Amino acid sequence: MHLAYPAVLAVLLFCTGLYGVLARRNAILVLMSVELMLNAVNLNLVAFDVWLRDALHAGQALTLFTIAIAAAEIGIGLAIVLMVHRNRGTSDIDKLRDNAETHDAETAGHDGTPGAGRTAGSGATAGPDEKAEAAA
Amino acid sequence: MTLAAGHGFLSPTGVEIAFLLVGIVTLGAAVITVTTKQLVHAALWLVVALGGLAVEYLLLTAEFIAWVQVLIYVGSVVVLLLFGLMLTRAPIGRSPDADSGNRPAALAVAVAAAAALIWVVIDAFRATWIDLDGPAQGSTKVSGAILFRHWVLPFEALSVLLLAALVGAIVLSRRDREREGGN
Repeated sequence: MHLAYPAVLAVLLFCTGLYGVLARRNAILVLMSVELMLNAVNLNLVAFDVWLRDALHAGQALTLFTIAIAAAEIGIGLAIVLMVHRNRGTSDIDKLRDNAETHDAETAGHDGTPGAGRTAGSGATAGPDEKAEAAA
Repeated sequence: MTLAAGHGFLSPTGVEIAFLLVGIVTLGAAVITVTTKQLVHAALWLVVALGGLAVEYLLLTAEFIAWVQVLIYVGSVVVLLLFGLMLTRAPIGRSPDADSGNRPAALAVAVAAAAALIWVVIDAFRATWIDLDGPAQGSTKVSGAILFRHWVLPFEALSVLLLAALVGAIVLSRRDREREGGN
């Protein structure tokens, strides 16, 4: 089999996952796209392992490890998404903007007044101060 | 690792044709997964994509990984994703806000990355063929032997990592009544 077949398929799957990660709004759909990217890497690992006829079969061993780590990642990721959904009522990653750079935070950074409570986010207590120090 | 002797670009073998067809199905399912507006359908199309990848592993003679793929991805990861969708009260029908506003930028980045990577891959492996003859390189016997002969320490470390991830997921997802009541 020509090596280009699995390599090109892996590239296309990876870029499909990349598009999903960048374009999706629901956090669980982003996790699905991450799974697609991980699977593209797995396909590359298996194809190159079979091509090189590695005596240690490092590619297949790494593929098994990647699958196990992906399972762990999806468990932790879903737990985090569920906790965010329970605390804030949404799993929409566009609405989780507590650490976003708002215009108020930038002006606070230019004034050099630490601890100015002029941010819009409810949970952003430490974020603006760090940005103010970084900008000063 | 065989070179170009005895191979032709325009005369694909049966394995290559099968790989190509299954690859088209896999890629189509993946594209539908990232573009569909129905969240549950996205998870179900992900099953098709991951199952197609398992078939690709079989065609590459990696049997054990194919069955592990079916067991773990199709069996547990997709079920976890479906549970996650239901627990976050995902809408069943079409949800118009499944995609964020930066779709054109995401599409541009993905197409640019695909073009660059395909160019590099084709240029690098133009005259490279995988030799699939002989005994299967990923049979369960071979995989077990290499896994427990050469990769035992990473395997055990991975089991500890899985345990830590399980405990972390349980701690993250349980409701903390003691903290609400006591402190």
